[in-house]
Amino acid sequence: MIAQILFFLFTAAAIVLFSINVRKIRRNILLGRDEDRSDQPAERFKTMLKVAFGQTKMTKRPVAALLHFFVYAGFVIINIEVLEIIIDGLFGTHRVFAQPLGPLYNILIGSFEILAFLVLAACVVFLIRRNVLKLRRFSGNEMTSWPKTDANYILIIEILLMSAFLKMNAADYLLQQQGYGHYIQAGAFPISQFIAVLMPQNPEYLVLIERGCWWFHIIGILAFLNYLPYSKHFHIIMAFPNTWYSKLEPKGQFGNMASVTNEVKAMLDPSYKPLPVVEGGKFGAKDVQDLTWKNLMDAYTCTECGRCTSVCPANMTGKLLSPRKIMMDTRDRLTEVGNNIDKHGKDYQDGKSLLDNYITREEIWACTTCNACTEACPVNIDPLNIIVELRRFAVMEEAQAAASVNNMFGNIENNGAPWKYAPTDRFNWANNS
Amino acid sequence: MSELQIPTMAELLAKGEEPEILFWVGCAGSYDERAQKITRDICKILHHVGLKFAVLGTEESCTGDPAKRAGNEFLFQMQAMANIEVLNAYNIQKIVTACPHCFNTIKNEYPGLGGNYEVIHHTQLIQQLIDEGKLRAEGGESFKGKKITFHDPCYLGRANQVYEAPRKALEVLDAQLVELKRCKSNGLCCGAGGAQMFKEPEAGLKDINIERTEEILAENPQVVAAACPFCMTMLSDGIKNFNKEQEVQVLDIAEITARANGLS
Repeated sequence: MIAQILFFLFTAAAIVLFSINVRKIRRNILLGRDEDRSDQPAERFKTMLKVAFGQTKMTKRPVAALLHFFVYAGFVIINIEVLEIIIDGLFGTHRVFAQPLGPLYNILIGSFEILAFLVLAACVVFLIRRNVLKLRRFSGNEMTSWPKTDANYILIIEILLMSAFLKMNAADYLLQQQGYGHYIQAGAFPISQFIAVLMPQNPEYLVLIERGCWWFHIIGILAFLNYLPYSKHFHIIMAFPNTWYSKLEPKGQFGNMASVTNEVKAMLDPSYKPLPVVEGGKFGAKDVQDLTWKNLMDAYTCTECGRCTSVCPANMTGKLLSPRKIMMDTRDRLTEVGNNIDKHGKDYQDGKSLLDNYITREEIWACTTCNACTEACPVNIDPLNIIVELRRFAVMEEAQAAASVNNMFGNIENNGAPWKYAPTDRFNWANNS
Repeated sequence: MSELQIPTMAELLAKGEEPEILFWVGCAGSYDERAQKITRDICKILHHVGLKFAVLGTEESCTGDPAKRAGNEFLFQMQAMANIEVLNAYNIQKIVTACPHCFNTIKNEYPGLGGNYEVIHHTQLIQQLIDEGKLRAEGGESFKGKKITFHDPCYLGRANQVYEAPRKALEVLDAQLVELKRCKSNGLCCGAGGAQMFKEPEAGLKDINIERTEEILAENPQVVAAACPFCMTMLSDGIKNFNKEQEVQVLDIAEITARANGLS
């Protein structure tokens, strides 16, 4: 009974704490400018199914895709087992699904075991890739000590959780064989039967191991749940809404700013009545609040895998720009703004901004807008849109661009071409040969 | 070139005629010497197949693409609205252009500002003409057996998912087509997009076009096929940088098509 009460308290506390942190993230995302992405629900559902559930964009790197698929499938499917654990914990039952599911239960537990083993193996390989092989994709300016530690924490926690799950099953398996207490014959143990060989036969010890691992596993999961909002691992949740709200237009299409359309139309036609536009009164973005909520959702979805940066032409030729850094900076600045709101109220200004304090001008001007980053992202994050918004602020609000870029603007304005040629010469090509 | 008659929209209008398609030449195609050759080759192809076309001539103006990518939305929309006014006044329905940047902008960004046209890239037109049997690869230079590789322009490929048309246009040549390591959706930018064409690159270890040229030279091709005037500049510079201009030619798909058909 005490165990049940304790279990209930742990679970309830974990869920409450998690909801509080998720709501904080939701509030932070909604600090962004409004943007309507409620159109084409069928197309959005299809995109989410393909990209998030089906992980179709992961396949460009087959090794990582396969290993990641193990962990992903393990996460999704082993959650059925967590459901059983929670019911057992609350009602003091043991393997409550065994009776109603019958032979299906053996198949389930057996497949959970195989998945758990695959997850464990994949996580070990991932740790080796990061810490021994030191793949280039996992390094870079933005990969400071916290992002690297975060990645290792996630992998180690998953290894521990899976080990506890298998060890619990091993002890359970032995107790079942001994017909000890309430340990009914239930489940198949294709992996843990080999761990069982290494265990003591004493039933009291085995119960201790089984219970110990049971508690470690479930408390570990609840703790891990509450680690998510502080970690890049939050992508396991955000991947789904973020792909739902993907940009559905061609990648080359940059949105036309309605606020600018108003001004340009008013300029060309004095009788034009501007449409009401709410865009925060600023052209482009200087800080996170000037970006759209989708840009901010992107930032919380990023799991720092570095596929974007590894294909970025600017980055691979040694420029400062890294699309992954753009996303991490956006998220870190947004977290800072959110913390300021919590501490000092919503109108607090800390005198900092995303542009300059986090992302430098040198970075945003190195982009070729080639869309390699957006193509590479397995969860349809769009770093390019943030870069363009920052450029818009630099150009339209501050008139701060390189002299050569300003020359190009001047040429287009005066000659209708980005170079300094006379418009009257535009058709001369027909006469030269 | 005296035999090359280039009708303008104004002339057609004066005669009370309408073209089947407007050829949007673009700034590079109008002013850049290298790109002008490609422009003329496209006109020759259009004449050759008997497609009734026209250009805007001096009435054409920059689409505003480099301004938009550089963050100058005002300038972009001014250009866009002025161009749309001209295009709509001539009742333009269909546009072909040799520049993937113009293509992307007119196709995707003009509709929101009142400019709705069917827009195709010249490689798509060439593919259509080949499919319809109006264009073959005969009567001109033979590319048979030559090692040709294609560099995907970002604004044609990733930006608009046009990967097959340029390849189809090369397949008729009976040449040896080799793909670059980074091709199609994995294609590597030439380094000129996003207004980089008009500025110095930021400090780094090397220039992007050099990175791309190294990849091209690794395949040892005789011809690098391009489909964008900016890529043309960047790749030609890259090849020159390695003193390989004797061994490796950078040619636009329109030029290759014109040569193969004995039009240039």
